Amino acid sequence: MLKQIEGSRAVAEAVALCRPEVICAYPISPQTHIVEGLGEMVKSRELARCEFINVESEFAAMSVAIGASAAGARAYTATASQGLLYMAEAVFNASGLGLPIVMTVANRAIGAPINIWNDHTDALSQRDCGWIQLFAENNQEALDLHIQAFRLGEELSLPVMVCMDGFILTHAYERVDVPTQAQVDAYLPPFEPRQVLDPAEPVSIGAMVGPEAFMEVRYLAHAKQMRALELIPGWADEFRAAFGRESGGLLHRYRTEDADTVVVALGSVLGTLKDTVDELRRDGVKIGVLGITCFRPWPLAAVRSALERAERVVVIEKSLAVGLGGIVSSNVGTSFGGSPGAVHAVIAGLGGRAITRASLSRMLADAVHGRLEPLTFLDLDRALVERALAREREQRRSGPIAESILRDLGVVASRPV
Amino acid sequence: MFQVRIHGRGGQGVVTAAEMLSIAAFLEGKHAQAFPSFGSERTGAPVVAFCRVDEREIRLREPVLDPDALIIQDPTLLHQVDVFGGLARDGYILINTSRSFEALGVGEFARSLRAERLCTVPATELALKHVGRPLPNAALLGGFAAVAGLISLDAVAAAIREKFAGAVGEGNVAAAAAAYEHVRREMAEASHA
Amino acid sequence: MAFQPVKFYQTGTFTVGNRLLALEERSVQANMRRTNSLNSGHRACQGCGEALGARYAIDAAMEATGRRLIAANATGCLEVFSTPYPETSWQIPWIHSLFGNTAAVATGIAAAMRVKGKSDVRVIAQGGDGGTTDIGFGCLSGMFERNDDVLYICYDNEAYMNTGVQRSSATPPAARTATTTAVGEEPGNVFGQGKNLPAIAIAHDIPYVATATVAELRDLEAKVRRAMQIRGARYLHLFVPCPLGWGHASEDTIRIARLAKETGLFPVIEAVDGEVAAVSKIRRKLPVEEYLRPQKRFAHLFGSAPRSDVIARIQAIADRNIRRYGLVDA
Repeated sequence: MLKQIEGSRAVAEAVALCRPEVICAYPISPQTHIVEGLGEMVKSRELARCEFINVESEFAAMSVAIGASAAGARAYTATASQGLLYMAEAVFNASGLGLPIVMTVANRAIGAPINIWNDHTDALSQRDCGWIQLFAENNQEALDLHIQAFRLGEELSLPVMVCMDGFILTHAYERVDVPTQAQVDAYLPPFEPRQVLDPAEPVSIGAMVGPEAFMEVRYLAHAKQMRALELIPGWADEFRAAFGRESGGLLHRYRTEDADTVVVALGSVLGTLKDTVDELRRDGVKIGVLGITCFRPWPLAAVRSALERAERVVVIEKSLAVGLGGIVSSNVGTSFGGSPGAVHAVIAGLGGRAITRASLSRMLADAVHGRLEPLTFLDLDRALVERALAREREQRRSGPIAESILRDLGVVASRPV
Repeated sequence: MFQVRIHGRGGQGVVTAAEMLSIAAFLEGKHAQAFPSFGSERTGAPVVAFCRVDEREIRLREPVLDPDALIIQDPTLLHQVDVFGGLARDGYILINTSRSFEALGVGEFARSLRAERLCTVPATELALKHVGRPLPNAALLGGFAAVAGLISLDAVAAAIREKFAGAVGEGNVAAAAAAYEHVRREMAEASHA
Repeated sequence: MAFQPVKFYQTGTFTVGNRLLALEERSVQANMRRTNSLNSGHRACQGCGEALGARYAIDAAMEATGRRLIAANATGCLEVFSTPYPETSWQIPWIHSLFGNTAAVATGIAAAMRVKGKSDVRVIAQGGDGGTTDIGFGCLSGMFERNDDVLYICYDNEAYMNTGVQRSSATPPAARTATTTAVGEEPGNVFGQGKNLPAIAIAHDIPYVATATVAELRDLEAKVRRAMQIRGARYLHLFVPCPLGWGHASEDTIRIARLAKETGLFPVIEAVDGEVAAVSKIRRKLPVEEYLRPQKRFAHLFGSAPRSDVIARIQAIADRNIRRYGLVDA
């Protein structure tokens, strides 16, 4: 059924359709509307046979999910940014134990400096924890990916992180098609755990593994994600057959077939990129867009195949490997069969800075004409940066960086001289 | 694609206005996208919300930089924030006020635009009268339906009822209808002038 | 004529292991059908109080719940010695949580049981003092506040034993640990105000809080049994001496535990809904010295330069406990 609702609401309805049994949540912007929606549905009994637990921290949220999942219940939680970091130990624990928990990450920057707006630092900080990581391009895909996530996770016995851009998607009203309960029930069978805490058949879960077997256990975790790579496209096909639309899968290609330049990105910026690329195509530029939906496991072969023809690759990412450059671009680099110099990292949108068609057009024109550096920070205010560096060169007591920069911007009242 | 930017202050229902506008467009079979600019909102601080409407799927995610229409819920913003930035030459402006563009100090700017597309409506007063609260957002949408013709008053009414239940919903619908009539009269007068 | 009251203590009939008792009067441990949930073969030290306490508590819980029990276990001695790769000594469904989240994991298990309509299956969370009073404090308080149907058992051996005897907030004043060495003006752990977890649990107004030691088996079993008859958040603080960490003879574990109670240093009490409901009286009050002397962690208080000032301060703590909880009949 078509609805015009907030992204968060779409996700809440999707999760509810998946018949979760235990939902535990700790509030953090910008995920709050999702769990508020679910909490209300449980309280009003619209979502029946479900325990909604208000926990005292994100660490507790993931821990409650672990206990519930280990005891055989379908468990869900949601977080962002600082909250994801606060639960990091438990995040690794969940994947290490092989518990199919589904978690929404409403992507948000990580402080310091504190920032509530969108970028991908949070999810990508956990990219190697063993969770499957899926990124939604729009709210329809966000909705759909949650349904797929429960299926994926439970079949593989792996937890799944569904990432959607905080505020940009979570707080945007747009048209979505919400499936019926019957459709979801047909696609998602009841949870059959691989391991379960059951007095009838006692097992010990979470025991220590020493040097004798730890390598093997970790290899198996990797092997499981490699298996996911094989299975995810099939599941996306199954989803299309069941629900009538393309959603999920490893990646989405847009006008890449004859493209000399391919722009790679994750998440909602893909929409803006497609509009930008359409304009450039009208000007005769052979350019296409590659959207990565499944970031972990990294679809190495699929990315390589999609970029085969390209002379240059521009990776736009809302993330930064401090001290190295791009995170997504480094991953793309492993897949690109062409010359290493042809992959350009463009760091953009950090902390919620808007990525505009105009900026993208300028940057892509530079790329097409060979003027783009290997690493670029889109729309960087160089003067502001220079002033900050000069201040640090001149005085030892240069003050807190955030305050100093904000003064320069005129946001905070200047000090009296 | 038609792009609307709504300016107001925190607590005036700016974000809800954009959402209702998108619902109205949806009810008329269009694609619509509504989202706020995401500042650290607090009551009284300037707030901006956006709404895009199109016949096809909307993929763009940047803020509305070149609006086709502006709705200004609080005229005290006119000289504090750059509310007019990027407005198209034949753009629409609807201001919540009982004064004229001239009296508000934006007369000269207004003269560079198309007169019949610039309207005012005392939405706060209408809201007080029909709803009992000084929340102008629903009324303004009624006025907007009249000035831009993008969505019908019926769609606006249905969108209002989706957001606000019972008497509050009906009151807002009445305010919107009153604002619609007010703007229609204003437009008729402007074209005869 | 002056007279002196004489107290007779009954022994023999109800001592541990008395096979002459009717089945229903025997302790769980004396019953040949006990589940032995923490099976032999685990790697605990000789004389480990925690291994003893865990076996007592879990066997009693299994009896009380008709063997419908799931346990979550914090990182620590119990978790490590009970599951040495590739073996486990647990005969119950058991999950090692993390260090600081055992109460929360138990909450999750309890929620799963509730939603699946398996309310006869009960949940225990267990951890050491470090995992409870320090790193696990937040999750514990959250579980208490929500009144989740979990019995949390804290095995208190008064330091981070698994990692090499480092100080925790449960370490008593003057005790030597690896991070509070017996040097300087104030050798051993500092005199702070302590962190009275049972009192904190009582302050949360949860349905049931109790303290017990491994020296009184029947008392411990009765408290576990009583706890499992109640729904909601329950807390059991179990005093478990550690021969290695405390530096006492491995055969003295139970005796040391008894001394802790008889000196007043470890009050044995029960509380219901936030009010102390019962205390286990001290039969013969003993001076704290009798408790401190056998433990090398307090050795620096004795010897050639005895610290009677420190011992006096410890005595004051014991006396305060006795006054506060009415542990000695006048």
